[in-house]
Amino acid sequence: MTFILAFRNLFHDRVRLAVTLIGILFAIVLIAVQLGLYLGARQIIASTIDHAKGDIWIMAYGNKNFEEAQPINQRARFVALSTPGVAAVIPMITSFVDWKKPDGGTATIVLVGADPEDGGLVPWDLVDGDIAALGARDAVIIDKTYLEDLGASGLGSTAQINGSRVRVVGLTDGIRSFTTTPFVFTTFSRARSLLGLGPDQITYGLVQLAPSANPDAVRAALQERLPSEQVLTKAEFRNRSLNHWMMSTGAGVALIGGAILGLIVGTVIVAQTLYSSTKDHLNEFATLRALGSSTGYIHKVILSQAALSAAIGYGLGMTIALLIIYVTESMALPLPIVMTPGLAALLFGLTLFMCAISAIAAISKVTRIDPAMVFSR
Amino acid sequence: MTQPSVLTASNIVKDLGAGAGAVRALKGVSLDLRPGELTLLMGPSGSGKTTLLSILGCILTPTEGTLTLAGNDTFGLNAEQLANLRRHHVGFIFQSYNLFPTLTAEENVRLALDVRGERGPGVVVRAQRALQQVGLGHRMKSYPGNMSGGEQQRVAVARAIAGKPSVILADEPTAALDSENGNAVMELLSEIASNPENQHAVLAVTHDPRTIKYADRILKIEDGRIVGEDRPPGGDDNIHKLSRGKKRKFDAKS
Repeated sequence: MTFILAFRNLFHDRVRLAVTLIGILFAIVLIAVQLGLYLGARQIIASTIDHAKGDIWIMAYGNKNFEEAQPINQRARFVALSTPGVAAVIPMITSFVDWKKPDGGTATIVLVGADPEDGGLVPWDLVDGDIAALGARDAVIIDKTYLEDLGASGLGSTAQINGSRVRVVGLTDGIRSFTTTPFVFTTFSRARSLLGLGPDQITYGLVQLAPSANPDAVRAALQERLPSEQVLTKAEFRNRSLNHWMMSTGAGVALIGGAILGLIVGTVIVAQTLYSSTKDHLNEFATLRALGSSTGYIHKVILSQAALSAAIGYGLGMTIALLIIYVTESMALPLPIVMTPGLAALLFGLTLFMCAISAIAAISKVTRIDPAMVFSR
Repeated sequence: MTQPSVLTASNIVKDLGAGAGAVRALKGVSLDLRPGELTLLMGPSGSGKTTLLSILGCILTPTEGTLTLAGNDTFGLNAEQLANLRRHHVGFIFQSYNLFPTLTAEENVRLALDVRGERGPGVVVRAQRALQQVGLGHRMKSYPGNMSGGEQQRVAVARAIAGKPSVILADEPTAALDSENGNAVMELLSEIASNPENQHAVLAVTHDPRTIKYADRILKIEDGRIVGEDRPPGGDDNIHKLSRGKKRKFDAKS
């Protein structure tokens, strides 16, 4: 009966129900978009590290993320190769550089140099062209999201990097950069040449371990042998990059802050409507109390109202959030909004939490109710 | 034979308010209620009727004095324990019916059983029986807003009796009703009190002189004290005849 009473109380006043649902819906959509952007940002930030087939990264001290890499001496690679447990060390180059568009103007890019045959970091999600074509003299692969930014029209488009001509031989779909600076993939030696680095310079040594090697033990051994370089496991480097872009720049804080704001606004709206609904039904709650109901019984009615509001509001909010995600996905925005089953479950939990918190004021009101008021009516 | 009392109040004193503004609403009230009796508590406004009803129904606690309900001494019980006593031993009927407007008549009665922790298919049958008993077998799915005042008060009576409480306390049950409906409700209360199956002790607080003819006993309260007790001569026989007659009428309707 508590559920029936809660349901009827809720649907008795349609206008108030609409206000409650709009409050929840607003909160859900805002939180979903903010946290979806947060997840999308994390995914983008970590995507190159996640797709690199290596267990340990050797880099210059002070490297805060994948994109902003300082060169190190290739000697480190050979030292690493002689360390027990290391199967291979793939040299890589990453650097910001200007891309001169064919029709004039420049755009900053992140040039990533790695040989596909090494199997370290190969452009993924290729939708046009061929990885093998990277072997051509001036070949590069870009993501189709950035075609316009790079002044390119597709395969065969050309541009210049540091005065050298490059030609697009492949297009990926979805390799985006958190900084919105496009990734441009090429071979290791071409990258070194385009950037004007010396023959002994690399930016990363991507270590692949022997099958039975312990990553932490090998990392410690490498660090001991390479005191001038920084040696990080894949997880450590991933966390460092995420921490830099999401926290140090304040971007993550802004996104999470937006989500918290949504939660607060939603809570206030739901609390206000639930409280006014409880006030309107105060005489009924006093009657329940006079009939001998426990306070727990009355709390159950209010919490059922809150849970019902949460369930309906969540359904509507998620529908709109998914619609927004679908639309933005089709627009191929630089920063995607990600929805995962985990995030959907978290949102449901947050909605229930928000509605439960909202019920506190109403519960506090009925807890202090005097059943004797039924005689004064 | 006189039945043992199900509710005994001894020297009940109740102070309302605190400090210099405190008012002594009840000044040593003693009474008992026995099954099978319809007792009227009559008195002018401000005499302490409702305060006494609230104390007898375990809604308020007395400042002094003792109250025993169905063998349970209420002294020192907290709000939850008093609520527990209420839900098992007291049925309330209110002046303004206090039905839940969003629930049907049957649901209103079921709610009172649900509060007592009684659930399952048997509860529906019991709620329906209670409504049939008050002549509303044909209005079970009606909402209070679509019922007359008399019908609403009968739903409230059904709600009060559904849990078979020892005591039924009615606060001005006829005040909001016209003469015909007022009489019907009083006949019903009289029948409920005298029903040999579930003998309830019924106490009705009232101003209404029309109700006197249904009473087994009348308690007069003035200025916080019981100042008189009457037993209308031959009342019992008349009431029982009336009740049986009314019951047949209700049964025929349902």
